[in-house]
Amino acid sequence: MSTQNRDLWRILARSGAPGPTAPEPESTPSVEFTPYDPLVAYLQSARGVVEVDRLDLDSPALRSLKEAGVKLTIPLVAQGELIGMLNLGQRLSEQDYSVDDRTLLSSLATQAAPALRVAQLVRQQKDQARRSERLEQELRIARLIQQTLLPRELPKLPGWEVAAYYRPAREVGGDFYDFIHLEDGTLGVIVADVTDKGVPAALVMATTRSVLHAAAERLISPSQVLARVNNQLIPNMPENMFVTCLYSVLDPMKRTFRFANAGHGLAFRRGAEGVSELKATGMPLGLMPDMRYEENEVVILPGETILLQSDGLAEAHNSRREMFGFPRVKQLLSDHPSGPAVLIATLVAELERFTAGGWEHEDDVTLLAIECSALGGKAAESARLAAPEVPLPLQAEFNIPSRPGNERLAIQKVSEAVQDLGLSSSRLEKLKTAVGEATMNAMEHGNKYQDDLPVHIRLQASNEKLSVFISDHGGGQRIPGAATPDLEAKLDGLQSPRGWGLFLIQNMVDDLKVTSDETHHTVELMLHLEGGQHG
Amino acid sequence: MAEAQLEANVRLQAGMAIIDLRGDIDGFAEAALIAAYLQAETKEPTALALNFSQVDYINSTGIALIVSLLARARKDKRPVIAFGLSDHFAEIFEITRLSDFMRIVSDEAAARLGTAEEKSQ
Repeated sequence: MSTQNRDLWRILARSGAPGPTAPEPESTPSVEFTPYDPLVAYLQSARGVVEVDRLDLDSPALRSLKEAGVKLTIPLVAQGELIGMLNLGQRLSEQDYSVDDRTLLSSLATQAAPALRVAQLVRQQKDQARRSERLEQELRIARLIQQTLLPRELPKLPGWEVAAYYRPAREVGGDFYDFIHLEDGTLGVIVADVTDKGVPAALVMATTRSVLHAAAERLISPSQVLARVNNQLIPNMPENMFVTCLYSVLDPMKRTFRFANAGHGLAFRRGAEGVSELKATGMPLGLMPDMRYEENEVVILPGETILLQSDGLAEAHNSRREMFGFPRVKQLLSDHPSGPAVLIATLVAELERFTAGGWEHEDDVTLLAIECSALGGKAAESARLAAPEVPLPLQAEFNIPSRPGNERLAIQKVSEAVQDLGLSSSRLEKLKTAVGEATMNAMEHGNKYQDDLPVHIRLQASNEKLSVFISDHGGGQRIPGAATPDLEAKLDGLQSPRGWGLFLIQNMVDDLKVTSDETHHTVELMLHLEGGQHG
Repeated sequence: MAEAQLEANVRLQAGMAIIDLRGDIDGFAEAALIAAYLQAETKEPTALALNFSQVDYINSTGIALIVSLLARARKDKRPVIAFGLSDHFAEIFEITRLSDFMRIVSDEAAARLGTAEEKSQ
């Protein structure tokens, strides 16, 4: 009998037909041959029993059968396909096989062929099910790795808006994006794509991300970062895999965008003069050592947008096999001059419309848009002054509607946000009073209790310092200083009994900064978390 | 956020009008505080005691209301005592110098004792 796979036939030849008392042979000779052997073509069309010794073919398989002592072979054919062979060696009695023997063997082969075919199909289906299950399991692992590596929140930069979109392909591709808050206050932005799919791509993605982070934290220049990452990836990069990557550094204060490109797709800049491509040449990562990467820098003016992307959008196909294409992306970017979130929503909607449901998520789609808010020169300068010199990690961020009494809501949310910072109850009470007073001032004086003008509260904390930024829409107003109230004058009716807010705030926190531009007014409340003046 | 409420109940103890405050002293407390003071006036007390032991929150507007109440009491020549303040609000009364114009004591017994001492002097 024989077993079959796609590339090899294995013949198990057993010498003779043992009777009830005959001893089992010690071993069963095995003969292997390819599906392209002339013997296969011969047996495919042969009918009935074939005497091996009488065959004259230039066939390695036939020689092997003869060497194994096979005298008769009966092809097992089902649906015109040779699916096996019934092989017999010399009879133990050393007599020739009789006509009856041959008739019996032919009849047996006719009945055995369909049964063998069914058995083969069952085994194929079981193998297929096992393969599918293993693939599904691999996809689950790949998705998990990918989800773990993508950033959980977008960076919050004063004067900038950032939006991102990621949709995995059906088979989970190798796209990833990330942000790195660098020590000098700049922001590293990564958009990358690993060739291949599934778990191998996800593992290379994880390695690339780690190496990129390490390099970005040590080197300033994007081209140097990519050069170092390239050399570090090469020794461990699997065969036929590489990574395309656009690494950039955004300086939110200077509004510069410095970038280098390791074979990644086009990035666009949309400004007053239209849409332009951000070009920089460089080989993908992990292919060849000691590569050099071109580095370029652009200044992003207020109102301008940068669009970074993987090739999943531009290379998507519709049912007519037409490609979405970079020109279409560029045109959409030009036609929809709105905020980054709207831009991305527009691109995704256009992709859906283009593919009209016929798209099977061929590849991951990653889109990342960064827009400089339309602040004027003075406003931008004020925003720069209002921002901390070195951004602290974000603790919480929320808006409070400007309604009387809502300072209690701000106090509650801030209390929740700082509960893990280890503030003493005395320090916490002081912070709550300061937050309540600053929020009241913002709602009353800044926003005039207009419901549609919320107070924006942002908390940033490190091990040493907590900053609470409370912003309203009262920019452009003169901010009075925190004078000490004259209580005697108030008790004598010579002054309003009010006017305690700023004085209280100043006495509740370690430091207080007030900044303002044409549109916004921000109070920063600061507490030292270790050895602060209030202990 | 729901508007906070202040309850202010007046009782007379040994000639001293005690205003028991319960809730928050903020912009919404003005009517309750004025009503309580007017009610206390009708009892012609020798002193006024503000019981803060059940007050959770005082903001700058609340401070201004207390300043107004204190100004009126001074005009009426009635000493004002405060008791039951948390450590945090006692510190705020010191920072704002309210404690220079009203005696801060720990509890009602201390408030009564102080009034008795003042009477005997």
